[in-house]
This record gives sequence, C-alpha cells and structure tokens, in this order.
Amino acid sequence: MSSETSQRTTERGRIRVSGFDVERVESRDPLSSWEPDLQSEAGRGRLEYAWQRFKRNRLALFGAATIVFMVLLAVFSRPISLPNGFPVLAGQTVQPFSLAPADPANQDVLTGYREPTLENLFSGTATGLYLFGADWAGRDILSRVMYGGRWSLSIGFIAVAMALLVGIPLGSIAGYYGGKVDEIIMRLVDLLYAFPFIVLAIAVIAVLGRGYWEMILALVVVGWLPYARIIRGEILSVKENEYVTAAKALGSRDRSIITRHILPNAMAPVIVQATLSIGTTVLVAAALGFIGLGLSPASAEWGVMLNVEQDAIARGRWWAGLFPGLAIFVFVMAINLVGDGVRDAFDPQGDQSDTDTGGLR
Amino acid sequence: MAMLEVEDLNVRFYTEDGVVKATNDLSYRVEAGERFGVVGESGAGKSVTSLALMRLIDEPGVIESGEIRFKGRNLLEMDEKEMRELRGNEIAMIFQDAETALNPSYTVGEQISEAIRYHLGLDEAAARERAIETLESVGIPSAAQRYSDYPHEFSGGMQQRVVIAIALSCDPDLIIADEPTTALDVTIEAQILELLEEIATEFDTAIQLITHDLGVVAEFCDRVMVMYAGHPVEMAPVEDVYYDPQHPYTVGLMSSIPRIGDDRDRLQTIPGRMPDLIEMPPGCNFHPRCPYAEESCTRVEPPLVDVETGEPADPINSDAQAAACLAHTGELSGELDYEVTVRGEDDPAVPGDAPSSAGVSDR
Amino acid sequence: MSLQRFVIKRALITIPLLLGISLLTFGMVHAIPGDPIDFITLFTELDPETEMEIRAEYGLDQPVYIQYIDWVTSAATGDFGRSIITRDPVISEIMERLPYTLVMGIMAFGVTLATAIPTGVIAAYYRNTKIDQASRVFALLGIAIPNFLLGLLLLLVFASWLDLFPILPPTSQGIVSYDMLVYTLLPAITIGTGSTALLMRLMRSSMVEELDKDYVRTARAKGLPERTVVQKHVLRNSLISVVTVAAIQVAFIISGSVVVEIVFSYPGIGRLLVNRVGNRDFPVIQAIVLLIGVAVILANFVADVLYAYLDPRIRY
Ligand SMILES: Nc1ncnc2c1ncn2[C@@H]1O[C@H](COP(=O)(O)OP(=O)(O)OP(=O)(O)O)[C@@H](O)[C@H]1O
Ligand code: SF4
Ligand SMILES: [Mg+2]
Repeated sequence: MSSETSQRTTERGRIRVSGFDVERVESRDPLSSWEPDLQSEAGRGRLEYAWQRFKRNRLALFGAATIVFMVLLAVFSRPISLPNGFPVLAGQTVQPFSLAPADPANQDVLTGYREPTLENLFSGTATGLYLFGADWAGRDILSRVMYGGRWSLSIGFIAVAMALLVGIPLGSIAGYYGGKVDEIIMRLVDLLYAFPFIVLAIAVIAVLGRGYWEMILALVVVGWLPYARIIRGEILSVKENEYVTAAKALGSRDRSIITRHILPNAMAPVIVQATLSIGTTVLVAAALGFIGLGLSPASAEWGVMLNVEQDAIARGRWWAGLFPGLAIFVFVMAINLVGDGVRDAFDPQGDQSDTDTGGLR
Repeated sequence: MAMLEVEDLNVRFYTEDGVVKATNDLSYRVEAGERFGVVGESGAGKSVTSLALMRLIDEPGVIESGEIRFKGRNLLEMDEKEMRELRGNEIAMIFQDAETALNPSYTVGEQISEAIRYHLGLDEAAARERAIETLESVGIPSAAQRYSDYPHEFSGGMQQRVVIAIALSCDPDLIIADEPTTALDVTIEAQILELLEEIATEFDTAIQLITHDLGVVAEFCDRVMVMYAGHPVEMAPVEDVYYDPQHPYTVGLMSSIPRIGDDRDRLQTIPGRMPDLIEMPPGCNFHPRCPYAEESCTRVEPPLVDVETGEPADPINSDAQAAACLAHTGELSGELDYEVTVRGEDDPAVPGDAPSSAGVSDR
Repeated sequence: MSLQRFVIKRALITIPLLLGISLLTFGMVHAIPGDPIDFITLFTELDPETEMEIRAEYGLDQPVYIQYIDWVTSAATGDFGRSIITRDPVISEIMERLPYTLVMGIMAFGVTLATAIPTGVIAAYYRNTKIDQASRVFALLGIAIPNFLLGLLLLLVFASWLDLFPILPPTSQGIVSYDMLVYTLLPAITIGTGSTALLMRLMRSSMVEELDKDYVRTARAKGLPERTVVQKHVLRNSLISVVTVAAIQVAFIISGSVVVEIVFSYPGIGRLLVNRVGNRDFPVIQAIVLLIGVAVILANFVADVLYAYLDPRIRY
C-alpha cells in the first residue's frame, strides 16, 4: 500500500484536509466486539425471519390450530375407504377412525327435528347424540357438520391449489415475455375481473352443470386472477433490477431467472393472498351450495345444509342452520387470522393496504 | 438568554426492534437572528431534533427528558393549544422534500393563507393578499396568478419556494430548515440558499439549517453543531470548525465534501456506516469508524468538552469550541494527526512523509 | 376541458372491455358440450321440421359470428330474446325485477357508506390502539360471517322471534311501498355488513397512508388544530383514494344480492339468475350476466372519472 493512496487529500475551496487516514480503519482488527447488524432479509433468510415472527403471533397460531383441528375432525369423522377402481389398496380402508357420533346419513324421519340436547351424552342413541340437534330427517347435525367439512374444506384447499397452478405460470409468462402474450393474458384477466366472483362462478356452473369437480373448476376460473396479477406485477418491477440483467448477461436461461430471482420476491404477497383466498373460496363454495348450485342436496356440505333448512331456520328451528353456518364462519375467521399473521410476518411495518380485503370482491 | 435553548434533550422511539435513542443529552442554543447549522450523516438524529422543537415527534417517539426553552418558556411544559400558537407563527419549518410536503389537493395559495388566517386572524381577502405578498417575496413570478395553482403545477425549486413561503407567512422568529435543498439540483440549491440568506437578513429571522453538507454550512451558518448517532460531537463557530476541526468525525465529513462537478451522493468516504441507534457501539460511538480509535475509546464515552480547557462544555452559555473526543480529555495516547491547510497561503504540497501513525497504538 | 378529454379517453378503454364481456357471455352457450338446441328444447325429441323452425328462430342455422353479431346488436337495443321457460321476453322479466335489486343495492350502499367511512376514519386516527383493534375484530367478523347465515339469523330474530317483519317480502305491494321498503332494510343490512367490513378497512388503510404523508406534518407545523389537519387535509385525500374502491363495492353488493335475495325470497335479479341457472334458461342467464358485467365496468368507469375529477393531479 503506497503512501499516496493512504494519504487522503480533499479540497474544497481553500481548505485541504490531509492525514485523515481511513485505511487504518479498514486494515485494523475491530477494536470492540460491536458489529453493525447485517439485516439480511433476502431469499431464505426472509422466509425464516417471517416464520420467526409468525410463531410469535398468538392469534395467528390460534387460527392455524383451529384450521388443523377442523381438518382433522373432517378426516377422522368417518372411516375412509379407497374406491374399488383405485390403483393401489383398492377397496381398502385407509382411515379406520370414526369420531362422528353417528353415521351422518342415518335418518330418523319419524322424529324429524330435535333440539340440541346434552341428554344423550352418556346414553347415546343409534342415530346420534344430538348435541347440535337433528335436522328434518332426524339426522345428527354434529355428525353431519364434522363429515361435511370434507366437502367444504377440500373444495377450498383444492381450488386454491389449482388456482395457483394456473395463475402463477400465466402471470409469469405475461410478465416475463411481455408483448402480445402479456396483452392477451392480462386482457383476459381484466375481462374476468369485470364479473363479481360468485357471478362468474355461477356462469361457469350454468355451463358445466353442478357437481364437486364442476364447482372446483368454477372456483379456479375465478381464483387464478389475483396470482397472475401479483406475479406479473412483481416480475415487471423486479425485471428492471440489475441482478436480473446481470443474470441475463451471465446467460441464465429464462426459466431459471424466473425461479431463482423473481419468484422468491413474489412469494410473500402470493402466500398471503393464497391463504386468504382459501377462506374466500370456502365462503363462495358454501354460498353456491346455499343457493342450490353447489353439491347435491343430500350431501353434508355446509352451505347445502343451510340451503335445505332455510325455511326451518327462519321459522325458529335455528339449530338446523346455525351449526353448519358457524362451521363456515369459524373456518373463514381462522383462515383470516392466519392470513393476517402471514402478512404481518412478511411485512411487519406494512399497513396491509393491498390484501386488506382478503381477496373478497 | 438566547432565543432558543435546548438542554439535555433525549428523544426515544420505542419500536418493536428496540429503543431508538435518537438524541442523547443534546444541548445547544440559537440566538435571535443567528444562523445555526446542524450537520451529520443520514440517521444522525437531525430531523428528530428539529421535530422535537416543534413537538411534532410522532408515535412511537417520545421526548423523554430535557428542556426546550423558546424565549424563556419551556415548550415541553406548554399545553397543546399554546404549542399550536407557536407553530407556524413563531417557529416555522421548511421540509426536505417540497413535493411531498405540500398537500396535492389544495392550491398553494390556500396552503399559505390558511396559516395566515389561523394565526393572524385575517379574513379571506386580507390573508390572500398577504399570501401573495409572501409568494412574491420568495421570488415566485406572477404570484397573484399562481396563487390558485396546485402544487403539481410547480417545478421542484418553485415548490420549495412555496414551502418557504408557508414558513415565512406569519413572520416567525425561528425557521427550522430541514435539508431544504437536498432534493434539488445544484443551481437551484444555490438559489434557495441565497433566498434563505436574504430572508434571514431582511426579516432578522433565526435559521436552524439542517444539512449533511458541511460545505453548505460553511457558506451559510454562523455556528454549527455536528451530530453523530444522536450525540453532539462538535460545536463551535463555523470558522473554528472549518479551519480547525477538533473531532475526527468532523474531519471525516470535511474530507468528503464533494467538489464541484462531483457526484452529489451521500457522504461516503468515512468507512462503514452509522450504527442504527438501537444498539450503539460502547464507549465512543464513532470508534468503529475512527482512524484514531484506541482501546480506551471502546470503554470511555467521551463527554463534550471545551477543547482548550478540557472542561465540560457549556454550549448554552459559551461560544468556545467544544468536541466529544478522548483526545481532548487526555485519555487518548495518540494524537489527532490530521492537518487542515488553507490553500494558496503556503500550499504545503502535502509531503510524502510516512503515513503518520506515529503514536497511535494501532493494534 | 382536459377532464372532458380524460372522460373520452377512459370511455374508449371500456369499449373493448364491453365487447370482451359480450363475447364471453355469448360464448357461454357455445361452451356447453352438445348442441345448443337441446337446451332450447329441453332435450325433447323433435321432428326435423320443427327443429329447423327453432333453429331459424334462434339463428342457429347461421355461422357463429353472425349469431354473435345478431345477438349483440339486439342485446344493445334491449332485446335478449325470449325465456325458454316462461316464453316471456327476457327484457321484461328483467325489468320487472330490476327495481327491487336496485333499491336494495342502493340501500346497502348507503348503509355501507354511512357506517364504514366514519368507523374507518376513527380506526385510522386511533391506529394501533384498542379502538383500532376493535374495528379490526368487527371487520374480521363481518368478512367471515357468511351473508346467508347472517340473513337467516336476521329473519329468525326479527321476523320469527320479534315479529317485526314478515318472513316473506310483501311483494304484492310493489317496490315503492312503505312495507316493501322497510322489508328491504333486512337484505340491505345483510349485504351491508360484509361490504362495511371491507370498506372500513380500506378506508382505514387509505387514511393511515395519508396520515403518514409529509404534508400532514407540514399542516401540523403550521400550527393548525388537529381537527383541521385531519378533516381538511387528510380526510379529503383519503376519501379521494377510496372513491376508486367504490367500484369494488358495487361488485361486492351485486355478489351479495345474488345470495341474499335467495335468503329473503326477494324478487330481484339475483334470484332470477339463480333460478334460471337451475333451469338452464340461457337467454335469461346470458342477459343477466352481461348486465352485471356492464354494471361493474360502468362502476369502474364512473369511479375513475370521479377520481380524476376530485384529484387535481390527474388531468390528461
Ligand atoms: N418514527 C420513527 N420510528 C422509529 N425510529 C425513528 C423514527 N423517526 C426517526 N427514527 C430514528 O431516529 C434516528 C434519527 O433519524 P432522523 O430522521 O433524525 O435522521 P436525520 O439525521 O434527519 O437523517 P436524514 O439525513 O436521513 O434526514 C434514525 O435512526 C431513525 O431510524
Ligand atoms: S474518542 Fe476515540 S474513537 Fe472517538 S473520536 Fe476520539 S479518537 Fe475517535
Ligand atoms: Mg432528516
């Protein structure tokens, strides 16, 4: 190191400072153990950081626990056997537990409605304990609510997963390649956004007819839009960033640019949106069930249960609808707590403006 | 008694990540009509200091202790109403980014005259007239027409003039200008500084000018306070600081003053960066970046002392040059061996003598 | 002047959107696997002659693009053909029910604005305090409760238990009658709950965003009273940005009305849509879906124009 470089000289006007030798600082060992904290929040560090924060959010954890609880109840409400044509373990029972007090299909038409009661808690009857009462056909509502979670919840999770699978690739393509492709995809998004969520879903069901997979498809047709928008927006903003240019200069293939640089950045808003969307989707699915365009009236899907009983509820038999309704409410609430928690975890200072609506329209 | 006396001011922000100690036992004074500079890098606590004067520190910040005496009255003991009487009326503020400092949906005229109406009790028409006069005095051409323009219809320099006009409108005794030129380019910066200079002379207004540019201070101010990490590290009349800086940080700032034609990036030549004010280095906060730091600097927090006597400084009553470095308390074994020379007088071509680490225990 | 130009420019953008949604709704029928005529005739066996007649009546003997043009041009004049179920003109079926939905929607909108804006402002001003927390909890409740459950509970409490309302709407008196208007409050509140929750939080975030802006500090530094700072400076700007959200509210209220009309057996467009989807009455379905799409696009248009009008910065 020559003395010329270590001898800093700066002039301004008539003043010249010399001998202020900054290289001493750079070359010496640190004098104390104090170190400037390095706030590396990029990439994996960011996920971990978010997870740390999420774990400290009690409301969000409570929501997550509620969701897990409801999912477990649905799964273990009745035994699950694989269908006969299934490639492996055909016809076998893979889940032998049966937590529901009764078979949700067990009827007692002669008695019909029963008010919720604790009476049977220790005696039990063949058709249920009636903690939540019985519906018009004398079926145990508690059992039906537990079992019905299989429909309502699986629709929510599957539809959102599929929406992600459609929205992320389409958004990535639109954002990354731009031009005509972008134009076409985003105009389609705009178009579909012109219809309220449920109206578009109804239109799709009008075309496809009713049924489990038809409903999921209808929900996916609506559900992919936000992800496409988020991903595209994120790509457009990241695209300008130097490191992508640098990666391009180094000859990365397009796909690896998207997966290595852009997706990690877009992850946070997508995860938040997806979480909240599960709630919205369950809500819309239940609403479709309620207006009679969802699953068959015999199923125990929560919205359908309310549909079948709507007159009874309005005329005083509140229990027939309250419990399935509460199940939806509790689930959506829990999802929102988790979604808020996830958002706060990723963006502690942020003021939640974009996702405040929970993806509701 | 000086017009403004700040004594042992401590501002804290209670954030989730910890307590930000934004100002620490800060004491200084500003005389009537004086131009007082506050210099330091980004995050040094300059804006917090000036907002504290206006009692405009927002959540989660609190003024924890200290006194701010304006014309003898402690602002921190006033109620909100008395405080409002002062704001904009006796103490006014000019902000860094004029574009965002103006409300986009009101005309500039309205934004000036609302303060006039409120403080001086003038009616619409009189307030308007006064606002137009003020606009004229800050050099806005055809002020009467521009009165009803919206902020976005002005250029950056003109917006800053409007902000200055707001500050001037009620003829304050003290103007706090928080980096009024940072967002502007060099020629406009010069014009705005010139304008402030005119105002200061014409209305005999005291100005507390906040900047991170010692060059600006040298041209504009009477006295200056250098801040580092929420602490005052040097305080003195401008000539003393300029020709005879007594704190290594000040020297670092001086040696990084950009020359004309340089990039006007933030200061960069002092290695490292300012600590966040939550967890500060022990002893002298500057030691991780100070070329003269020794082991003792990591243990002892240097007090602000009179550089002549080594006695604790009294920034409120005395003009003596003060600095917070162990070199002035006798606890530093080495010397501050930088040199400031005035060019043209003898032009000491900076001899290539050995990089003088002599005396500084460098291990 | 310049606003006028902005309006025209913005209106031009809506044209391709309108064309797009008309294509989508038209395409609906053709997306159904099978021959559209089966849905028209409800899968009855036909002799070839009648089939030809029906094909001609519905234009099915024409190429698809001609069918589209015919459909759009008549739709533009309000002619959506006849319902397959009732054989009535679609437009008259819709017009009969539209006033009900409009009145309900406007009431719901009113409920939303009247409650969401003040509460959102208060929540923002007292952000991160107990008040804000409470508003957040209410918003969460409002968003999470299914509107059909809420509607049924309102019916249970107010109609069944308290006997303040009839269980079925007094439709025979028409929409402009005291009883019907009072009854409409129930569905309007039901819809309004969800949209209030939504708008309240949006208002809050918009206001919080504004409160953090530098001009607020300038206003405070002028010495203006806090009331003036908030009401004059902050509120105005945050309301401006909430205007754009009003469009979302329209979509939300339409969504709500579809479900809530079923709950209350309310004779509006939403219930018509749902009933006819069950019957696959495509002319009616298409007409309503198109109408809703147009309504949302128009709402967006109005919101944008309003925004441009209110915000002096936006002039093209
Ligand atoms: N609202 C706040 N919440 C938490 N910390 C804050 C807040 N406002 C300021 N601070 C902290 O106080 C310290 C001083 O900030 P200040 O704005 O006074 O710096 P400055 O010297 O004005 O810098 P600049 O040149 O960037 O304006 C910073 O470390 C900052 O992080
Ligand atoms: S006390 Fe030590 S570290 Fe601090 S400025 Fe003086 S020499 Fe540098
Ligand atoms: Mg600042």
